[in-house]
Amino acid sequence: MKLLKMTVAALAAAMLALPVAVSAAGELTIGLASEPSSIDPHFHNLGPNNAVARVMFDRLIMPDDKQQLRPGLAVSWNPIDDTTWEFKLRKGVKFHDGSPFTADDVVFTFQRAPNVEGSPSSFGTYLKGKEVTRIDDHTVHIKTERPYPLMPNDMSTFSIVSRKHGEGATTPDYNSGKATIGTGAYKFVEYLPGDRIVLERNETYWGDKPEWTQVTMKAIKSGPSRVAALLAGDVDMIEQTPTADIERLKSDPNLTLSQGISNRVIYLHLDHDRAASPFVKGKDGGDIKNPLQDQRVRLAISQAINRDAIVSRVMEDIAIKAGQLLPEGFFGRSGKLQPVAYDPNQAKRNLSEAGYGDGFKLTIHGPNDRYINDSKIAEAVAQMLTRVGIQTDVVTMPRSVYFKRASRGGPDGTPEFSFILVGWGSGTGEASSPLKSLIHTYDKSRGFGASNRGRYSNAKVDTLIEDALATVDDAKRQALLAEATEIAINDVAIIPLHYQVNTWAARKGIKYRARTDEATVATDVISE
Amino acid sequence: MSVFITRRVLQSLVVIFVMSLLVFFGVNIVGDPIDMLINPEADQEDIEAAIRALGLDRPIHEQYWYFLVNALKGDLGKSFIFAEPALKLILQRMPATLELAFTAMLMAIFLGIPLGVYAGLRPNSKVSKTIMAGSILGFSLPTFWVGLMFIMIFAVMLGWLPSTGRGDTTSLFGIQVSFLTWDGLRHLLLPALNLALFKISLVIRLARAGTREVALQDYIKFARAKGLSSSRVVLVHIMKNIMIPVVTVLGLELGGVIAFAVVTETVFAWPGMGKLLIDSIQLLDRPIIVAYLMITVLMFVVINLVVDILYSLLDPRVRLKDVKS
Repeated sequence: MKLLKMTVAALAAAMLALPVAVSAAGELTIGLASEPSSIDPHFHNLGPNNAVARVMFDRLIMPDDKQQLRPGLAVSWNPIDDTTWEFKLRKGVKFHDGSPFTADDVVFTFQRAPNVEGSPSSFGTYLKGKEVTRIDDHTVHIKTERPYPLMPNDMSTFSIVSRKHGEGATTPDYNSGKATIGTGAYKFVEYLPGDRIVLERNETYWGDKPEWTQVTMKAIKSGPSRVAALLAGDVDMIEQTPTADIERLKSDPNLTLSQGISNRVIYLHLDHDRAASPFVKGKDGGDIKNPLQDQRVRLAISQAINRDAIVSRVMEDIAIKAGQLLPEGFFGRSGKLQPVAYDPNQAKRNLSEAGYGDGFKLTIHGPNDRYINDSKIAEAVAQMLTRVGIQTDVVTMPRSVYFKRASRGGPDGTPEFSFILVGWGSGTGEASSPLKSLIHTYDKSRGFGASNRGRYSNAKVDTLIEDALATVDDAKRQALLAEATEIAINDVAIIPLHYQVNTWAARKGIKYRARTDEATVATDVISE
Repeated sequence: MSVFITRRVLQSLVVIFVMSLLVFFGVNIVGDPIDMLINPEADQEDIEAAIRALGLDRPIHEQYWYFLVNALKGDLGKSFIFAEPALKLILQRMPATLELAFTAMLMAIFLGIPLGVYAGLRPNSKVSKTIMAGSILGFSLPTFWVGLMFIMIFAVMLGWLPSTGRGDTTSLFGIQVSFLTWDGLRHLLLPALNLALFKISLVIRLARAGTREVALQDYIKFARAKGLSSSRVVLVHIMKNIMIPVVTVLGLELGGVIAFAVVTETVFAWPGMGKLLIDSIQLLDRPIIVAYLMITVLMFVVINLVVDILYSLLDPRVRLKDVKS
């Protein structure tokens, strides 16, 4: 036993005496909150996958940290007629193996991206209806059936892969690195599923010289573990800092916090469609005609919510109150809309005018593990509504259960709930995305209103949205989108609450160019 | 003996089949992963295409039949999220979890048994009392909390050990293992200790209770009277006789540790099967959940069989009877 004790002690001493591994200069280790499901850039149109693909592969047009479109592998793009766009490609770009980038790679990408085997959510969404033709080595034409002003936005969503290596390559080939040859700032080194992804600098990158010689991305799902890893020095930077830790990390002299507003708006969706809504009941518990169909009731609900209190108490100031679908600086936003002011007395008056002076019963449904502090926001909203007479119950559930029921849980695959808390991030960085999916009348055949869970329907707004989607002139389109937003918000189609603010924490000397699309991209990490 | 084993194998096949049925239909009741996989900007047509691609538009009993037919060929389905065979994904991560589990078991054996036997031989000493108090803390403190405390103390404040992840790996018989490198051992220590804490406490209490009971037996008195050395009395006579309950518990716990090291793997971001399981449950990746639980059942059955065989080796009075039906 004594020998055993001595052996254990010696072993422990020997292990602890070894120096702690510290990142060498020029190496960056990032702690991610979720792991990509694959290294194949076309496999799954999912946030973490796209963020990782972004540094190994380039896109024709690259959105910067404010989602403004910048030239990537395409140096210029113009509509040459109503239904055709011409893209001029960048010359002198080489793939990681030295082979040149040409229009053939673009054509191959268009064929491959929508047809990846087993893809849970393919890039076909952005590529369907578009036909690409090679004009010469550095020019392509993309044709659509109807005028398509969002062509540049769609071209900024997917990665260009090499035809030479991609032809016949499958997703496992990308995961093993065999086919992972791109034009991006970093080259693939290794991928250990569940553990880490290692990349190294592409010395012949066509753009700004990448800052780091090596980038390692580790997935640390648990929030507290992620923070602990940063504090211990095992990672240099983390994403999705838990809000509860932000105050403490702010005051730590060894850390720098980078914060930026996101394109994601957290809002409430109301049932506009059903004359008797399942989760709206009279004060006595009996069935009543759906009060949410009355604009005054909806406005009253919006006025009863104290957005400032939610931002400062529930979100701990990591949010900005919202009056429409996108924050400032985004295309298609209206300059005239302000967040609805908190006015419980006016709310009560509106309710009386609509005939609900005694209030009614409502249930709010929401997820509890999808958005920052989502269940707490739902609870706060319920309390605020109860104060003006609308007795509100809160039901939250994990997102795996919530979204299916919210979208298709009712009879015949219709939305199940009456009043829900949900969020929307505009992937294209402009207003047509939320308008088309949330506000436009649900129309399966034309692909409108896919996430319109309240089934709001306003013909005037529909026309404005459809016109905007066919207007190539930027200024005209901006006006149309702004007008559509104004009508919809004044009609209280949805009740916007706030825009999320995302926080990245890093050790001193590292700053992150906070991205509005919430992605953690290695090329936006800069050392000071 | 061989009839005994055959019987056991048949029983386990029934259990595995029932398990697959329960999990398949159970997960289906919770929901499907479409809404979490699909990009929110996809329109209705894309959502329907995705549903068809995953085979989720077919009625559930048809999906189960399809699954069963493939399972008999050895194909347990493809993950919805990774689009790779579920079995391959689980086996890929198994070495990491096995490494963690076996290290935890070794800690439980080499720390738990000596401490427990010592506490049993000298029950009133201060050291024994400390050991017993420690064991109470060991099995009452939640694993999640203890793990985070370890990280805070040893990684953040003292900086002695790394806080997360697995260390450098080397190849041993074609499998990646990390305990052969210093870096690997340093990464292994905290998660293994976290996982082992509960088991160490259990083993201490079992060993102590067993020792106290055995130490009073006649054959121990006889051995001492015979003049055998103290170490021989303890290491041979006492140890062997307390082993049966300890082996039983360790056997059960080994299965649990391998299958459900979820909390430790999440806290320490250890790339093992447990983390894969919890992620798959959250995202409703049914093929992985079903495949994982079937493998777990198989593993429990094998471990229990091994434990029963060990009984017969440890205690010559136990014979594995071939029960007549």
